[in-house]
Amino acid sequence: MTASPQTSGPAPGATRLVDLFEHGLDAPICLTWELTYACNLSCTHCLSSSGRRDPRELTTQEAKAVIDELEAMQVFYVNIGGGEPTVRADFWELLDYATAHHVGVKFSTNGVRITPEVARRLARNDYVDVQISLDGATAEVNDAVRGAGSHATALRAMRNLADAGMTGFKLSVVCTRHNIPQLDEFKALADRHGAQLRLTRLRPSGRGADVWDELHPRPEQQRQLYDWLVAHGDTVLTGDSFFHLSAYGQALPGLNLCGAGRVVCLIDPVGDVYACPFAIHDEFLAGNVRRPGGFTGVWRESELFRSLREPQTGGACASCAFYDTCKGGCMAAKFFTGLPLDGPDPECVQGHGERLLARRPKDRGHLPKPSGDHSHRTTPARGRGPVDVVLARRPDRDRPPVGDCVEHPLAGMVLPRDGD
Amino acid sequence: MTALNLDRAWDLHPQVSVRPEPFGALLYHFGTRKLTFLKDRRLLAVVQALATAPTARAACSAAGVDDEDMPRYGQALAALTRSSMVVERNRIP
Repeated sequence: MTASPQTSGPAPGATRLVDLFEHGLDAPICLTWELTYACNLSCTHCLSSSGRRDPRELTTQEAKAVIDELEAMQVFYVNIGGGEPTVRADFWELLDYATAHHVGVKFSTNGVRITPEVARRLARNDYVDVQISLDGATAEVNDAVRGAGSHATALRAMRNLADAGMTGFKLSVVCTRHNIPQLDEFKALADRHGAQLRLTRLRPSGRGADVWDELHPRPEQQRQLYDWLVAHGDTVLTGDSFFHLSAYGQALPGLNLCGAGRVVCLIDPVGDVYACPFAIHDEFLAGNVRRPGGFTGVWRESELFRSLREPQTGGACASCAFYDTCKGGCMAAKFFTGLPLDGPDPECVQGHGERLLARRPKDRGHLPKPSGDHSHRTTPARGRGPVDVVLARRPDRDRPPVGDCVEHPLAGMVLPRDGD
Repeated sequence: MTALNLDRAWDLHPQVSVRPEPFGALLYHFGTRKLTFLKDRRLLAVVQALATAPTARAACSAAGVDDEDMPRYGQALAALTRSSMVVERNRIP
Protein backbone atom coordinates (compact mmCIF):
# COMPACT_ATOMS: atom_id res chain seq x y z
CA MET A 1 0.00 0.00 0.00
CA THR A 2 0.96 3.57 -0.41
CA ALA A 3 0.25 4.37 3.16
CA SER A 4 3.38 3.10 4.79
CA PRO A 5 5.87 5.44 6.32
CA GLN A 6 9.54 5.32 5.68
CA THR A 7 11.09 3.51 8.60
CA SER A 8 14.46 3.95 10.16
CA GLY A 9 16.26 1.55 12.45
CA PRO A 10 14.78 0.92 15.86
CA ALA A 11 16.16 3.09 18.64
CA PRO A 12 17.39 0.50 21.12
CA GLY A 13 17.29 -3.25 21.34
CA ALA A 14 16.87 -6.13 18.98
CA THR A 15 13.10 -6.27 18.35
CA ARG A 16 12.15 -5.29 14.83
CA LEU A 17 9.40 -2.80 14.08
CA VAL A 18 7.95 -5.21 11.54
CA ASP A 19 7.43 -7.85 14.25
CA LEU A 20 5.50 -5.39 16.39
CA PHE A 21 3.36 -4.43 13.40
CA GLU A 22 2.44 -7.98 12.46
CA HIS A 23 -0.08 -8.19 15.30
CA GLY A 24 -1.56 -4.78 14.65
CA LEU A 25 -1.69 -1.61 16.72
CA ASP A 26 -4.51 0.06 18.70
CA ALA A 27 -4.44 2.86 16.16
CA PRO A 28 -3.11 3.04 12.62
CA ILE A 29 0.23 4.75 12.05
CA CYS A 30 -1.28 6.43 9.06
CA LEU A 31 -4.19 5.74 6.79
CA THR A 32 -5.38 6.53 3.32
CA TRP A 33 -8.44 8.70 3.03
CA GLU A 34 -10.05 9.08 -0.36
CA LEU A 35 -11.95 12.32 0.14
CA THR A 36 -13.91 12.20 -3.09
CA TYR A 37 -14.46 10.01 -6.11
CA ALA A 38 -14.71 13.15 -8.25
CA CYS A 39 -11.79 13.61 -10.61
CA ASN A 40 -10.94 15.78 -13.58
CA LEU A 41 -9.00 12.87 -15.09
CA SER A 42 -9.92 9.33 -16.09
CA CYS A 43 -6.65 7.42 -15.62
CA THR A 44 -6.92 3.97 -17.12
CA HIS A 45 -5.47 2.31 -14.00
CA CYS A 46 -7.39 4.25 -11.31
CA LEU A 47 -7.49 2.14 -8.13
CA SER A 48 -10.77 3.63 -6.98
CA SER A 49 -12.50 3.78 -10.40
CA SER A 50 -12.91 7.50 -9.81
CA GLY A 51 -14.58 10.12 -11.96
CA ARG A 52 -17.96 11.16 -10.58
CA ARG A 53 -18.67 12.45 -7.10
CA ASP A 54 -20.76 10.17 -4.88
CA PRO A 55 -23.73 12.17 -3.54
CA ARG A 56 -23.37 10.44 -0.17
CA GLU A 57 -19.84 11.84 0.34
CA LEU A 58 -18.97 12.77 3.95
CA THR A 59 -19.89 16.38 4.71
CA THR A 60 -17.35 18.90 5.99
CA GLN A 61 -18.62 18.39 9.54
CA GLU A 62 -18.47 14.60 9.25
CA ALA A 63 -14.94 14.80 7.86
CA LYS A 64 -13.89 17.04 10.77
CA ALA A 65 -15.38 14.53 13.22
CA VAL A 66 -13.19 11.84 11.64
CA ILE A 67 -10.15 14.10 12.05
CA ASP A 68 -11.06 14.60 15.73
CA GLU A 69 -11.03 10.82 16.15
CA LEU A 70 -7.69 10.49 14.38
CA GLU A 71 -6.26 13.14 16.70
CA ALA A 72 -7.54 11.30 19.77
CA MET A 73 -6.04 8.04 18.45
CA GLN A 74 -2.76 9.83 17.71
CA VAL A 75 -2.68 8.78 14.09
CA PHE A 76 0.47 10.49 12.81
CA TYR A 77 -0.80 11.45 9.40
CA VAL A 78 -3.35 10.78 6.68
CA ASN A 79 -2.62 10.14 3.02
CA ILE A 80 -5.40 12.02 1.31
CA GLY A 81 -6.33 10.95 -2.17
CA GLY A 82 -9.37 10.38 -4.32
CA GLY A 83 -10.39 11.00 -6.99
CA GLU A 84 -8.71 14.35 -7.11
CA PRO A 85 -9.02 15.59 -3.51
CA THR A 86 -8.35 19.25 -4.32
CA VAL A 87 -11.57 19.51 -6.33
CA ARG A 88 -13.55 19.24 -3.09
CA ALA A 89 -14.58 22.79 -2.21
CA ASP A 90 -13.65 22.27 1.46
CA PHE A 91 -10.29 20.58 0.76
CA TRP A 92 -8.09 23.43 2.04
CA GLU A 93 -10.34 23.90 5.07
CA LEU A 94 -10.01 20.19 5.96
CA LEU A 95 -6.26 20.28 5.38
CA ASP A 96 -5.86 23.21 7.79
CA TYR A 97 -8.20 21.58 10.29
CA ALA A 98 -6.18 18.33 10.28
CA THR A 99 -2.77 19.96 10.69
CA ALA A 100 -4.12 22.29 13.42
CA HIS A 101 -5.28 19.13 15.21
CA HIS A 102 -1.88 17.42 15.01
CA VAL A 103 -2.79 15.08 12.19
CA GLY A 104 -0.22 15.47 9.42
CA VAL A 105 -1.43 15.48 5.84
CA LYS A 106 0.12 13.98 2.75
CA PHE A 107 -2.02 14.38 -0.27
CA SER A 108 -1.85 13.00 -3.77
CA THR A 109 -2.82 15.22 -6.64
CA ASN A 110 -2.54 15.36 -10.39
CA GLY A 111 -1.55 19.00 -9.85
CA VAL A 112 -4.60 20.65 -11.39
CA ARG A 113 -5.11 23.06 -8.47
CA ILE A 114 -1.46 23.65 -7.51
CA THR A 115 -1.24 27.27 -8.60
CA PRO A 116 1.71 29.47 -7.54
CA GLU A 117 -0.46 30.88 -4.74
CA VAL A 118 -1.47 27.42 -3.44
CA ALA A 119 2.15 26.29 -3.69
CA ARG A 120 3.28 29.18 -1.48
CA ARG A 121 0.60 28.33 1.06
CA LEU A 122 1.65 24.66 1.14
CA ALA A 123 5.32 25.56 1.50
CA ARG A 124 4.51 27.42 4.73
CA ASN A 125 2.90 24.41 6.46
CA ASP A 126 5.46 22.00 8.00
CA TYR A 127 2.83 19.33 8.46
CA VAL A 128 1.83 19.02 4.83
CA ASP A 129 3.47 16.88 2.18
CA VAL A 130 2.42 16.80 -1.46
CA GLN A 131 2.62 13.90 -3.89
CA ILE A 132 2.37 14.78 -7.56
CA SER A 133 1.25 11.80 -9.63
CA LEU A 134 3.03 11.22 -12.91
CA ASP A 135 3.22 7.89 -14.70
CA GLY A 136 5.56 8.74 -17.54
CA ALA A 137 8.72 10.84 -17.66
CA THR A 138 7.59 11.88 -21.14
CA ALA A 139 4.16 13.18 -22.13
CA GLU A 140 3.82 10.30 -24.57
CA VAL A 141 4.13 7.58 -21.92
CA ASN A 142 2.26 9.50 -19.21
CA ASP A 143 -0.67 10.79 -21.18
CA ALA A 144 -1.43 7.36 -22.64
CA VAL A 145 -2.44 6.32 -19.11
CA ARG A 146 -3.45 9.56 -17.39
CA GLY A 147 -4.98 11.50 -20.29
CA ALA A 148 -4.01 14.28 -22.68
CA GLY A 149 -2.36 17.27 -21.04
CA SER A 150 -1.84 15.57 -17.66
CA HIS A 151 1.97 15.49 -18.04
CA ALA A 152 2.04 19.25 -18.61
CA THR A 153 -0.27 19.81 -15.60
CA ALA A 154 1.93 17.75 -13.29
CA LEU A 155 5.11 19.49 -14.42
CA ARG A 156 3.56 22.91 -13.98
CA ALA A 157 2.58 21.92 -10.40
CA MET A 158 6.13 20.72 -9.69
CA ARG A 159 7.56 23.99 -10.98
CA ASN A 160 5.16 25.97 -8.82
CA LEU A 161 6.09 23.98 -5.71
CA ALA A 162 9.81 24.31 -6.42
CA ASP A 163 9.46 28.06 -7.06
CA ALA A 164 7.58 28.45 -3.76
CA GLY A 165 10.56 26.92 -1.96
CA MET A 166 8.84 23.65 -1.09
CA THR A 167 11.50 20.96 -0.91
CA GLY A 168 11.15 17.24 -0.48
CA PHE A 169 7.70 16.98 -1.99
CA LYS A 170 7.12 13.69 -3.77
CA LEU A 171 7.02 12.76 -7.42
CA SER A 172 4.81 9.68 -7.29
CA VAL A 173 5.02 7.09 -10.05
CA VAL A 174 3.06 3.89 -10.55
CA CYS A 175 5.51 1.48 -12.21
CA THR A 176 4.35 0.06 -15.54
CA ARG A 177 6.08 -1.81 -18.34
CA HIS A 178 6.18 1.46 -20.29
CA ASN A 179 7.82 3.63 -17.64
CA ILE A 180 10.25 1.21 -15.98
CA PRO A 181 12.79 2.06 -18.75
CA GLN A 182 12.45 5.70 -17.57
CA LEU A 183 13.45 5.26 -13.91
CA ASP A 184 16.63 7.33 -14.29
CA GLU A 185 14.66 10.09 -16.03
CA PHE A 186 12.11 10.18 -13.20
CA LYS A 187 14.92 10.43 -10.67
CA ALA A 188 16.52 13.30 -12.59
CA LEU A 189 13.16 15.05 -12.87
CA ALA A 190 12.61 14.76 -9.11
CA ASP A 191 16.15 15.94 -8.34
CA ARG A 192 15.78 18.91 -10.65
CA HIS A 193 12.72 20.08 -8.69
CA GLY A 194 14.11 19.39 -5.22
CA ALA A 195 11.58 16.58 -4.92
CA GLN A 196 11.88 12.96 -3.85
CA LEU A 197 10.94 10.08 -6.12
CA ARG A 198 8.31 7.68 -4.84
CA LEU A 199 7.65 4.47 -6.76
CA THR A 200 4.59 2.32 -6.22
CA ARG A 201 3.25 -0.88 -7.61
CA LEU A 202 0.55 -1.12 -10.26
CA ARG A 203 -2.34 -2.97 -8.63
CA PRO A 204 -5.13 -4.76 -10.49
CA SER A 205 -7.65 -2.75 -8.42
CA GLY A 206 -10.48 -0.54 -9.67
CA ARG A 207 -10.04 0.23 -13.36
CA GLY A 208 -6.50 -1.09 -12.91
CA ALA A 209 -7.98 -4.57 -13.29
CA ASP A 210 -8.93 -3.75 -16.90
CA VAL A 211 -5.42 -2.73 -17.93
CA TRP A 212 -3.27 -4.81 -15.61
CA ASP A 213 -2.54 -7.50 -18.20
CA GLU A 214 -1.15 -4.89 -20.62
CA LEU A 215 0.59 -2.61 -18.10
CA HIS A 216 2.12 -4.68 -15.32
CA PRO A 217 5.91 -5.04 -15.52
CA ARG A 218 7.28 -7.99 -17.46
CA PRO A 219 9.24 -10.52 -15.36
CA GLU A 220 12.62 -9.22 -16.58
CA GLN A 221 11.48 -5.67 -15.76
CA GLN A 222 10.71 -6.71 -12.19
CA ARG A 223 14.34 -7.73 -11.86
CA GLN A 224 15.43 -4.44 -13.42
CA LEU A 225 13.22 -2.54 -10.95
CA TYR A 226 14.58 -4.53 -8.01
CA ASP A 227 18.21 -3.88 -8.99
CA TRP A 228 17.43 -0.20 -9.48
CA LEU A 229 15.79 0.01 -6.04
CA VAL A 230 18.73 -1.75 -4.38
CA ALA A 231 21.15 0.65 -6.08
CA HIS A 232 19.18 3.77 -5.06
CA GLY A 233 18.36 2.60 -1.54
CA ASP A 234 17.08 5.26 0.81
CA THR A 235 16.87 8.06 -1.73
CA VAL A 236 13.73 6.60 -3.25
CA LEU A 237 10.52 5.91 -1.35
CA THR A 238 8.44 2.81 -1.96
CA GLY A 239 6.34 2.36 1.19
CA ASP A 240 5.65 -1.34 1.25
CA SER A 241 4.91 -1.53 -2.47
CA PHE A 242 7.58 -3.96 -3.51
CA PHE A 243 8.09 -6.36 -0.65
CA HIS A 244 7.20 -9.17 -3.04
CA LEU A 245 10.47 -8.35 -4.87
CA SER A 246 12.47 -9.11 -1.72
CA ALA A 247 12.49 -12.74 -2.80
CA TYR A 248 15.19 -11.77 -5.33
CA GLY A 249 17.64 -11.47 -2.46
CA GLN A 250 18.14 -8.77 0.15
CA ALA A 251 15.11 -7.01 1.60
CA LEU A 252 14.40 -3.58 0.14
CA PRO A 253 14.34 -0.41 2.27
CA GLY A 254 10.84 0.38 3.54
CA LEU A 255 8.31 -1.77 5.32
CA ASN A 256 8.50 -5.40 4.24
CA LEU A 257 5.06 -6.35 5.40
CA CYS A 258 1.48 -5.97 4.26
CA GLY A 259 0.12 -3.37 6.69
CA ALA A 260 -3.54 -3.85 5.74
CA GLY A 261 -5.73 -3.68 8.85
CA ARG A 262 -2.61 -3.91 11.02
CA VAL A 263 -1.04 -0.46 10.76
CA VAL A 264 -2.92 1.11 7.83
CA CYS A 265 -6.37 1.10 6.24
CA LEU A 266 -8.57 3.10 3.87
CA ILE A 267 -11.50 5.41 4.52
CA ASP A 268 -13.46 5.99 1.31
CA PRO A 269 -15.48 9.12 0.41
CA VAL A 270 -18.72 7.78 1.91
CA GLY A 271 -16.99 6.72 5.14
CA ASP A 272 -16.61 3.03 4.37
CA VAL A 273 -13.47 1.58 5.97
CA TYR A 274 -11.51 -0.99 3.95
CA ALA A 275 -8.40 -2.94 4.86
CA CYS A 276 -6.32 -1.11 2.29
CA PRO A 277 -6.61 1.34 -0.62
CA PHE A 278 -6.21 -1.46 -3.15
CA ALA A 279 -9.04 -3.56 -1.79
CA ILE A 280 -12.26 -1.63 -2.37
CA HIS A 281 -14.51 -4.69 -2.30
CA ASP A 282 -17.11 -5.99 0.17
CA GLU A 283 -14.72 -8.80 1.08
CA PHE A 284 -12.38 -6.22 2.67
CA LEU A 285 -15.03 -3.85 4.06
CA ALA A 286 -14.63 -3.48 7.83
CA GLY A 287 -17.37 -0.94 8.62
CA ASN A 288 -18.37 2.70 8.23
CA VAL A 289 -17.30 5.76 10.22
CA ARG A 290 -20.92 7.02 10.30
CA ARG A 291 -22.08 4.12 12.49
CA PRO A 292 -21.97 4.29 16.31
CA GLY A 293 -18.42 3.76 17.51
CA GLY A 294 -17.07 5.72 14.56
CA PHE A 295 -13.71 4.99 13.00
CA THR A 296 -12.21 3.95 16.35
CA GLY A 297 -14.85 1.26 16.73
CA VAL A 298 -14.17 -0.09 13.25
CA TRP A 299 -10.40 -0.15 13.74
CA ARG A 300 -10.54 -1.88 17.11
CA GLU A 301 -13.61 -4.12 16.83
CA SER A 302 -13.96 -5.16 13.20
CA GLU A 303 -13.80 -8.91 12.77
CA LEU A 304 -12.05 -8.51 9.45
CA PHE A 305 -9.25 -6.44 10.98
CA ARG A 306 -8.92 -8.85 13.89
CA SER A 307 -8.49 -11.72 11.46
CA LEU A 308 -5.84 -9.82 9.48
CA ARG A 309 -3.86 -9.41 12.71
CA GLU A 310 -3.79 -13.16 13.33
CA PRO A 311 -0.59 -14.95 12.39
CA GLN A 312 -0.78 -15.87 8.69
CA THR A 313 0.06 -19.41 7.70
CA GLY A 314 1.45 -18.92 4.21
CA GLY A 315 -0.69 -21.64 2.66
CA ALA A 316 0.76 -22.83 -0.64
CA CYS A 317 3.75 -20.52 -0.08
CA ALA A 318 4.67 -21.92 3.34
CA SER A 319 7.25 -24.34 1.93
CA CYS A 320 8.94 -21.67 -0.23
CA ALA A 321 12.38 -20.61 0.95
CA PHE A 322 11.49 -16.95 0.34
CA TYR A 323 8.24 -16.85 2.31
CA ASP A 324 9.90 -15.08 5.24
CA THR A 325 10.85 -12.12 3.05
CA CYS A 326 7.89 -11.83 0.68
CA LYS A 327 5.13 -13.11 3.02
CA GLY A 328 3.11 -14.25 0.02
CA GLY A 329 2.92 -10.76 -1.48
CA CYS A 330 -0.09 -8.48 -1.89
CA MET A 331 -3.53 -9.65 -0.81
CA ALA A 332 -5.36 -7.24 -3.14
CA ALA A 333 -3.26 -8.23 -6.16
CA LYS A 334 -4.14 -11.87 -5.57
CA PHE A 335 -7.81 -11.18 -4.96
CA PHE A 336 -8.46 -9.10 -8.08
CA THR A 337 -6.54 -11.46 -10.34
CA GLY A 338 -8.61 -14.36 -9.02
CA LEU A 339 -5.77 -16.13 -7.21
CA PRO A 340 -6.20 -17.76 -3.77
CA LEU A 341 -5.26 -15.42 -0.90
CA ASP A 342 -3.07 -18.02 0.76
CA GLY A 343 -1.04 -18.65 -2.37
CA PRO A 344 1.58 -16.77 -4.36
CA ASP A 345 1.35 -13.18 -5.57
CA PRO A 346 0.50 -12.89 -9.30
CA GLU A 347 3.90 -11.24 -9.74
CA CYS A 348 5.79 -13.74 -7.54
CA VAL A 349 9.41 -13.43 -8.65
CA GLN A 350 9.81 -17.20 -8.51
CA GLY A 351 7.21 -17.48 -11.27
CA HIS A 352 4.66 -19.36 -9.14
CA GLY A 353 1.99 -16.69 -9.69
CA GLU A 354 2.47 -16.65 -13.45
CA ARG A 355 1.83 -20.37 -13.64
CA LEU A 356 -1.44 -19.97 -11.74
CA LEU A 357 -2.49 -17.03 -13.92
CA ALA A 358 -1.91 -19.09 -17.03
CA ARG A 359 -4.37 -21.69 -15.75
CA ARG A 360 -7.23 -19.22 -15.33
CA PRO A 361 -10.19 -19.41 -17.71
CA LYS A 362 -9.77 -17.18 -20.79
CA ASP A 363 -12.99 -15.36 -19.95
CA ARG A 364 -12.40 -12.83 -17.15
CA GLY A 365 -16.01 -13.02 -15.98
CA HIS A 366 -14.98 -14.99 -12.88
CA LEU A 367 -12.90 -12.13 -11.46
CA PRO A 368 -14.25 -10.13 -8.51
CA LYS A 369 -15.46 -6.63 -9.38
CA PRO A 370 -14.74 -3.60 -7.18
CA SER A 371 -17.59 -2.36 -4.98
CA GLY A 372 -18.24 0.81 -6.92
CA ASP A 373 -17.59 2.21 -10.36
CA HIS A 374 -17.48 6.01 -10.32
CA SER A 375 -15.95 6.30 -13.78
CA HIS A 376 -17.07 9.15 -15.97
CA ARG A 377 -19.94 7.78 -18.05
CA THR A 378 -18.22 8.86 -21.22
CA THR A 379 -14.70 9.92 -21.92
CA PRO A 380 -14.44 13.72 -21.59
CA ALA A 381 -15.68 15.54 -24.70
CA ARG A 382 -12.90 16.27 -27.18
CA GLY A 383 -14.30 19.70 -28.03
CA ARG A 384 -17.53 21.57 -27.60
CA GLY A 385 -19.40 21.94 -30.87
CA PRO A 386 -23.05 22.69 -31.56
CA VAL A 387 -25.53 20.01 -30.57
CA ASP A 388 -28.19 19.11 -33.13
CA VAL A 389 -31.71 19.37 -31.74
CA VAL A 390 -34.81 18.45 -33.72
CA LEU A 391 -38.04 20.09 -32.64
CA ALA A 392 -41.28 18.32 -33.44
CA ARG A 393 -44.78 17.94 -32.11
CA ARG A 394 -45.72 14.73 -30.34
CA PRO A 395 -48.04 12.84 -32.64
CA ASP A 396 -50.38 11.73 -29.82
CA ARG A 397 -51.32 15.28 -28.81
CA ASP A 398 -53.50 17.61 -30.73
CA ARG A 399 -52.67 20.55 -28.48
CA PRO A 400 -49.77 21.70 -26.34
CA PRO A 401 -49.36 19.70 -23.12
CA VAL A 402 -50.65 21.29 -19.92
CA GLY A 403 -48.05 21.57 -17.22
CA ASP A 404 -48.25 22.40 -13.52
CA CYS A 405 -46.95 25.84 -14.25
CA VAL A 406 -49.85 26.77 -16.46
CA GLU A 407 -51.98 28.93 -14.25
CA HIS A 408 -54.57 30.18 -16.68
CA PRO A 409 -57.97 29.24 -15.21
CA LEU A 410 -59.09 27.86 -18.49
CA ALA A 411 -56.03 25.77 -19.08
CA GLY A 412 -57.03 22.32 -20.21
CA MET A 413 -60.60 23.25 -20.95
CA VAL A 414 -61.79 21.86 -24.24
CA LEU A 415 -63.92 24.41 -25.98
CA PRO A 416 -66.69 23.32 -28.34
CA ARG A 417 -65.79 23.84 -31.94
CA ASP A 418 -67.85 26.20 -34.05
CA GLY A 419 -70.94 24.50 -35.36
CA ASP A 420 -71.12 21.73 -32.73
CA MET B 1 27.83 2.65 19.01
CA THR B 2 28.78 5.90 20.70
CA ALA B 3 26.82 7.29 23.62
CA LEU B 4 25.74 10.88 23.83
CA ASN B 5 27.00 13.36 26.41
CA LEU B 6 24.75 12.60 29.37
CA ASP B 7 25.78 15.78 31.11
CA ARG B 8 24.28 18.10 28.56
CA ALA B 9 20.64 19.10 28.13
CA TRP B 10 18.65 17.37 25.37
CA ASP B 11 15.12 17.42 24.08
CA LEU B 12 12.86 15.87 21.49
CA HIS B 13 12.94 17.66 18.15
CA PRO B 14 9.94 20.04 18.06
CA GLN B 15 8.60 18.27 14.94
CA VAL B 16 8.59 14.84 16.60
CA SER B 17 5.29 13.33 17.70
CA VAL B 18 5.35 10.63 20.41
CA ARG B 19 2.69 7.95 20.71
CA PRO B 20 2.87 5.67 23.76
CA GLU B 21 2.32 1.98 22.97
CA PRO B 22 2.16 -1.12 25.19
CA PHE B 23 5.68 -2.07 24.03
CA GLY B 24 7.10 1.45 24.52
CA ALA B 25 6.32 4.17 22.01
CA LEU B 26 6.26 5.12 18.37
CA LEU B 27 8.01 8.31 17.27
CA TYR B 28 7.27 10.09 14.04
CA HIS B 29 9.37 12.99 12.77
CA PHE B 30 7.36 15.33 10.53
CA GLY B 31 10.53 16.91 9.17
CA THR B 32 12.33 13.76 8.05
CA ARG B 33 9.10 11.69 7.67
CA LYS B 34 10.79 8.88 9.56
CA LEU B 35 9.20 6.53 12.01
CA THR B 36 11.01 4.79 14.81
CA PHE B 37 10.10 3.13 18.08
CA LEU B 38 11.16 2.94 21.70
CA LYS B 39 11.22 -0.62 22.87
CA ASP B 40 10.40 -0.05 26.52
CA ARG B 41 8.29 2.26 28.66
CA ARG B 42 11.24 3.38 30.76
CA LEU B 43 12.97 4.80 27.71
CA LEU B 44 9.72 6.61 26.94
CA ALA B 45 9.79 8.09 30.45
CA VAL B 46 13.40 9.20 29.88
CA VAL B 47 12.54 10.83 26.58
CA GLN B 48 9.55 12.59 28.11
CA ALA B 49 11.67 13.86 31.00
CA LEU B 50 14.36 15.36 28.75
CA ALA B 51 12.58 18.69 28.19
CA THR B 52 12.53 19.70 31.83
CA ALA B 53 15.64 17.93 33.14
CA PRO B 54 18.91 19.90 33.40
CA THR B 55 20.83 16.98 31.83
CA ALA B 56 20.10 13.67 30.13
CA ARG B 57 21.56 11.95 33.19
CA ALA B 58 19.01 13.70 35.39
CA ALA B 59 16.22 12.64 33.01
CA CYS B 60 17.39 9.02 33.25
CA SER B 61 17.51 9.16 37.05
CA ALA B 62 14.06 10.70 37.20
CA ALA B 63 12.78 7.79 35.11
CA GLY B 64 14.34 5.29 37.51
CA VAL B 65 17.37 4.27 35.43
CA ASP B 66 20.17 3.11 37.76
CA ASP B 67 23.89 3.72 37.21
CA GLU B 68 24.43 0.26 35.80
CA ASP B 69 21.87 0.80 33.03
CA MET B 70 22.89 4.38 32.34
CA PRO B 71 25.31 3.56 29.45
CA ARG B 72 22.65 1.49 27.68
CA TYR B 73 20.16 4.36 27.84
CA GLY B 74 22.92 6.73 26.73
CA GLN B 75 23.36 4.59 23.62
CA ALA B 76 19.63 4.51 22.97
CA LEU B 77 19.48 8.31 23.17
CA ALA B 78 22.51 8.54 20.88
CA ALA B 79 20.66 6.46 18.28
CA LEU B 80 17.77 8.89 18.56
CA THR B 81 20.09 11.85 17.95
CA ARG B 82 21.43 10.22 14.79
CA SER B 83 17.91 10.20 13.31
CA SER B 84 17.34 13.78 14.65
CA MET B 85 14.52 12.60 16.90
CA VAL B 86 16.45 13.97 19.90
CA VAL B 87 18.45 17.20 19.63
CA GLU B 88 20.64 19.10 22.01
CA ARG B 89 18.64 21.78 23.79
CA ASN B 90 19.51 25.38 22.93
CA ARG B 91 20.87 24.13 19.64
CA ILE B 92 17.50 23.72 17.99
CA PRO B 93 17.76 25.53 14.66
